[in-house]
Amino acid sequence: MSAAIRPGSLPPVIAPGEDATSISTNISYITLQRPFGWLWLSGLSLAFLLSGLLTVGICWLLYAGVGIWGLNIPVAWSFAIANYVWWIAIGMGGTFISGAMYIARQKWRNSINRFAEAMTVFAVSVSGIFPILHLGRPWFFYWLFPYPDVMNLWPQWRSSLEWDFWAILAYLVVSIVWWYVGMLPDLATLRDRAPTIARARFYGLLALGWRGEARHWMRFEKLNLITAALAVVLVFSVHSMVALDFSEGLVPGWHETIFPPFFVAGALFSGFAMVLTLAIPLRKWFHLHAYLTERHIENIAKLMLAAGLFVDYSYFSEIYTAFFSMDRYDVAMTWHRIFGAYAWVFWGTILFNVAQIQLLWIKRVRRSATAVFVIAVGVLVGMWLERFMLIVSSLYEDFVPSAWGMFWPTFWDLAFLAGSVGLFYFMFLLFVRLLPVLSMFELRKLAQSAGRVEVGRVLTRRGAGLDPPDGTTS
Amino acid sequence: MNERRVLGLLAEFAQADQLLDGARHARDEGYTVMEAYSPMPVEGLAEIVHARGTRVPLWMLLGAIGGGAFTYWLEWYSAAVDYPINVGGRPPFSWPAFIPPALEMTILWAVLAGVAALLIGSRLPRLHHPLFDVRTFERASSDRFFLLVRAEDPRFDLQRTHAFLAALSPLAINEVRE
Repeated sequence: MSAAIRPGSLPPVIAPGEDATSISTNISYITLQRPFGWLWLSGLSLAFLLSGLLTVGICWLLYAGVGIWGLNIPVAWSFAIANYVWWIAIGMGGTFISGAMYIARQKWRNSINRFAEAMTVFAVSVSGIFPILHLGRPWFFYWLFPYPDVMNLWPQWRSSLEWDFWAILAYLVVSIVWWYVGMLPDLATLRDRAPTIARARFYGLLALGWRGEARHWMRFEKLNLITAALAVVLVFSVHSMVALDFSEGLVPGWHETIFPPFFVAGALFSGFAMVLTLAIPLRKWFHLHAYLTERHIENIAKLMLAAGLFVDYSYFSEIYTAFFSMDRYDVAMTWHRIFGAYAWVFWGTILFNVAQIQLLWIKRVRRSATAVFVIAVGVLVGMWLERFMLIVSSLYEDFVPSAWGMFWPTFWDLAFLAGSVGLFYFMFLLFVRLLPVLSMFELRKLAQSAGRVEVGRVLTRRGAGLDPPDGTTS
Repeated sequence: MNERRVLGLLAEFAQADQLLDGARHARDEGYTVMEAYSPMPVEGLAEIVHARGTRVPLWMLLGAIGGGAFTYWLEWYSAAVDYPINVGGRPPFSWPAFIPPALEMTILWAVLAGVAALLIGSRLPRLHHPLFDVRTFERASSDRFFLLVRAEDPRFDLQRTHAFLAALSPLAINEVRE
């Protein structure tokens, strides 16, 4: 079974010597004992202030209307939809790690999936704010839901905007439920290790009385496995629906069949970038080097590069298709995108999403946490620019020159973008101190299977976790 | 305290393999009503303690079919029967366009049904359990492994079962009382 593995060729995915005791102690220490520290407190305060700005913005928008943003005809989508697509895309990375990599038995994912799932939940929550506010009369958003109303009307099922509503609804609920249920065993650990009775009660209530009985584990694992398979379908379908919001429109640059796969690739690209943006500081500040090793950073960086190449191919294909079709509007739109008023957005996208990620081909860059962090932040910026580019360059100069017009962001456009980042980090910073930041039970399993085959040697695909059922050992 | 009925005997082990061995011995000895507790899933353990298999997949399948079929039916009923609107000559029952919401609800209902099956099947939430009275059981969620032979077992006898468990050389044996 381990014949194909060169001993010592790869660093381990969990530090040698880690066992159930040390994992439980170290991870629950972060939640239960570790002092807050000025860094966390100042980060939380900053995030809180930005969330406050978002709250003020939302109140002002509800009072004054969407006109407080710079959007107008012809550019009626602008920042709100760019933010929405950007955030929901970031969430996809977490679900992909929990779902597809679970099915593919990528055991190293055991140390990243918990906070990646948390990232998903918070990113999707933040993203959902924007399409609702963008409705214009946000208080009627529930009209999207089919209920027997007094107006005797039903939703328009043929509209991709309606599909989007169902996609976000399913995605949000599934990510929250899966994240929470997957946390039950770890909440039980925190309950049992809590230093005070109040905290034991808090985690005890959340843990629902989880005891870790063999039959419970069996159900739990089955649920995880099937949900993982469904989550893969969910990731691809949800982001395809986001893309169909564009493709169903007739504007040049949107009406393209490549959009669904292109958007899914972009979603995974920015999702992996956000996982790295969170993992690298977490690892440093909470001293998680034993669990988030060089291998993890390097592997996610490789995934990010791979997803990025798909995205780059889509950029190329879009431009090629426009000229190959000889459709005058498509050609003009592409020309405006590259050399028009928003050319800097296009070239910024190329710089961040095409040029700089090529550095990841170099092993030394992939192995340097700082370099990978800088590139990942760049990718996040680049992906936001890309979403903005797709929206604005198609809308500002479409068919008839008399209908052309520029978009200028207002203070509130920028405030909502900054505020959404603040809200995301506010939730994430609370998460890292209140809930188990790494999945302890999965790490225990990883450490156990690693111990059996001598740590540090056989932890490529087959080594950890693919042992025969324990019935054959000892 | 002692007048409370004995629920069973709880043996504590340091390693997953010891728990597996112990459970296997107990099964071979003829014990049938057993429970095993571990801080992480241990492969093969559930079968040894006579788990009947899990109905989680079945409920997830039913949830998937129910969610998908109901949503698709609702779309058909609302768009083709209750309030048909002619939009650009499209048929009221535009079946391909109705697939995306039905697909999303298939997944959502499957997951919700699976979670319900997990909780109901495991009789959770149950915030307190007699096992939590055993002092060392708090390590069952960290790094210790426990085998509980329940008093309902036809072969259960306080002295003899105690002696049997002691032969497995556990770290400790505790009486669990209701």
